[in-house]
Amino acid sequence: MEFFADYFRELYEATGWNFVIFYEQYEYDRFLEGMWVSIKLIFASLLFSLVVGFVGAWAQGAKSRIVRYGISGYIQLFRNTPPFVQILFFYFVLGNLTPSYDAGGYQVAYIESFGWAVISLGFFAGAFNVEIFRSGIEAVPESTVEAAEALGYTRLKSYIYIIFPLAFRVCLPALNNNLVNLLKTTTLAYGIAVPEMMYTANQIWSDNVNVSEMMIVLFVFYVGLVAILVYGMHKWEKKMKIPGYG
Amino acid sequence: MPEIGSNASTGWTPDQPMVSIKDVYKSFGELEVLKGVSMDIMKGECVCIIGPSGSGKSTLIRCVNALNDIQSGSITVEGQEVNAPGLNKLDLRKKVGMVFQQYNLFPHKTALQNIMMAPLHVLKQDEGEVEERARQLVKKVRLEGKENSYPGELSGGQQQRVAIARSLAMNPDVMLFDEVTAALDPETVKEVLVTIQDLAEEGMTCILVTHEMGFAREVANHIYFTDRGIIVEHGTPATFFDDAKDPRTKEFLSQIL
Amino acid sequence: MTINSASHANNKAQTDLPVLLPIARQSQQSAMIERHEGTYRLNMQPRHIAWALVLFALACGAAQAAAQPEMLGPMQALFKWMEFILWGPEGELTGFALNLVISFFAMMLGTVAGAALGLMQVSLLLPVRQGSWVVTQFFRNSPWLVLLFTIMLLVPFEVDLGFVVIPVPDWIKAVIGFSLPVMANISEVVRGAVISLPSGQWESAESLAFTRRQTMWMIILPQCFKRMIPPWINWYCILAMATPLCSIMGVEESVTFTAQALNAEGDRPELIPVFYSFLLVIHFIYTYPIARWSIRLEKKFTVKT
Repeated sequence: MEFFADYFRELYEATGWNFVIFYEQYEYDRFLEGMWVSIKLIFASLLFSLVVGFVGAWAQGAKSRIVRYGISGYIQLFRNTPPFVQILFFYFVLGNLTPSYDAGGYQVAYIESFGWAVISLGFFAGAFNVEIFRSGIEAVPESTVEAAEALGYTRLKSYIYIIFPLAFRVCLPALNNNLVNLLKTTTLAYGIAVPEMMYTANQIWSDNVNVSEMMIVLFVFYVGLVAILVYGMHKWEKKMKIPGYG
Repeated sequence: MPEIGSNASTGWTPDQPMVSIKDVYKSFGELEVLKGVSMDIMKGECVCIIGPSGSGKSTLIRCVNALNDIQSGSITVEGQEVNAPGLNKLDLRKKVGMVFQQYNLFPHKTALQNIMMAPLHVLKQDEGEVEERARQLVKKVRLEGKENSYPGELSGGQQQRVAIARSLAMNPDVMLFDEVTAALDPETVKEVLVTIQDLAEEGMTCILVTHEMGFAREVANHIYFTDRGIIVEHGTPATFFDDAKDPRTKEFLSQIL
Repeated sequence: MTINSASHANNKAQTDLPVLLPIARQSQQSAMIERHEGTYRLNMQPRHIAWALVLFALACGAAQAAAQPEMLGPMQALFKWMEFILWGPEGELTGFALNLVISFFAMMLGTVAGAALGLMQVSLLLPVRQGSWVVTQFFRNSPWLVLLFTIMLLVPFEVDLGFVVIPVPDWIKAVIGFSLPVMANISEVVRGAVISLPSGQWESAESLAFTRRQTMWMIILPQCFKRMIPPWINWYCILAMATPLCSIMGVEESVTFTAQALNAEGDRPELIPVFYSFLLVIHFIYTYPIARWSIRLEKKFTVKT
């Protein structure tokens, strides 16, 4: 690792390209912290959006009309309004309403900016997931479900072995689209001061005046992550394809 | 020592009807679909139920398999009451196998896996034995070489034969067929009917809802004609086709034959 | 029990009995279309405005209940600040109006650049094709905020041309920043439209001795034009909803002014939901007619082809 540090130090001296995060331990640690928060943010909002999608898809089949209209309204509101304003709304409006505890003189909220970012992004992506999951479930014919029942599968077992695997394979392309979108949207968390990668990069370039270099690193990270994801998605979809269906 | 083939827990013996349907009434909300249907099917019999659409024939056999519940009357399979509140559906489904009209197979599994799934997951049998038996069943329905094909790659007739093999994997005593050839191309209908005929000749108790009159005449032991929720007439193929008594029956037969 | 995927090369036969309902195929096809166009289609219905308004009404109601008698009620506070949020102080065009201005210019710039890039992607010259592909993929897959940041920080605040010094205000930088991802996405839309035309079109043009340029401008592009309009409008709506991002950089648009208005009112917590849901509502109201128009256009165009 020392080799890298030396290389970048020399690069700075020779050309003026200051990739300080690679040769200074302090900056390196700071940047890694930011990167880690970004990754946690992505995972957490993805997971939350899947849960929201799952619950919403199930609720859309509910008997109560209020529940059905409620879910439909939630989906339409979140699809058709700016995600950035949604995050602000969650953070400022709901953030004010949540309780906080006394941490020795000042108030600390139970849900901080990271939490609100996860919740807001989760609901945003979840709105799309509800429709995706719903279409997946509806793609499984009633007759197939009955055939499973006739073979002795209980409701739970038929979900695990038949309905869910089929619905998932149908949903997968749309779900992957949503995932890539979510990845790009997580940067909005910067707006509510979540200490993710861009925020940390901002701090670093304020200290070291190396805006372009940090920007390059940011681009490499995000574009690289999206590229890896798209490649992985492509492979996964190919593997999960049902041969000759429909 | 109990008789072979008898059911110790319900006291059923093979001289009693395998499937006994007594005075069954079934409604879907306001609409009454079955209005007092009764029939007895003995072990080893092959029975065809024919009739116009909406006459309740599909509903009837679905009730035998507890896919639909009944409002009044009784259905017993090997002495076990299907409509009993505490019924263990799994026990029933081990005895009764069913093949549907379409969307029958699980598209994400190969033919062999389709056949193996229920014995593995539901009966929890040993995988080696299950696979062995599955391969034998594939041979039996004449689909050797197609074990690793997915349903999307099989023709309609091949799919239905896999579906039959899949139900046979559970070792049922009664097989129900709900218009299994209705969605198939005419060329592939025959291969499915031949498979069912083989089954019937081996002694499997079969109840078929079908439009295939030729098949009914040749293979069935007994034919029931339903119309608007009741059994209008029934008889052996000879008496039924050549000597129908009820005017409704005659009208139906004249339209289709 | 593993199944070798190579064995399916021989089993390509399609079944004559479907194994899944038609909605399965439809859902996969629409996912592929969305993937190609780069984003989801906004599908706004009249009843959706109802939800935004319901939210707004709830917020106002809650605020009304929480307000003290001597302070301004929420609706009064909103009316007091509404003009400021919508078009800024007298003599300036800022606030929500600036959002719209930025979206217009960014769309124009992005469309021109994107069309050029899209045509480059179908060029016969390999380096041009590959270069434009890289550029398109790069800007398509970058987060919009990162691009915005880059432009806002790296573009100088004035350009010295020797004989004149042109100042580059913040909102122009925002326009450039937003036009980059739009350019990449429009490029994909154009490329998709061009390659979706049957090859027969190209072949018959060639056999009539049209040059490639003539073919492109007189035959291919006029046919593509109609297909490109619905996704193009869709991207405009997405862009219009993304413009609040530049408030992070201090551009004086609707979100910035909302924050300032709340500040001026003493940061009263009950006013926050009112003002922010007002923001959601005006964005929705602006985007809705445009999205509906795009759906109407799409219906109109598909009937003929």
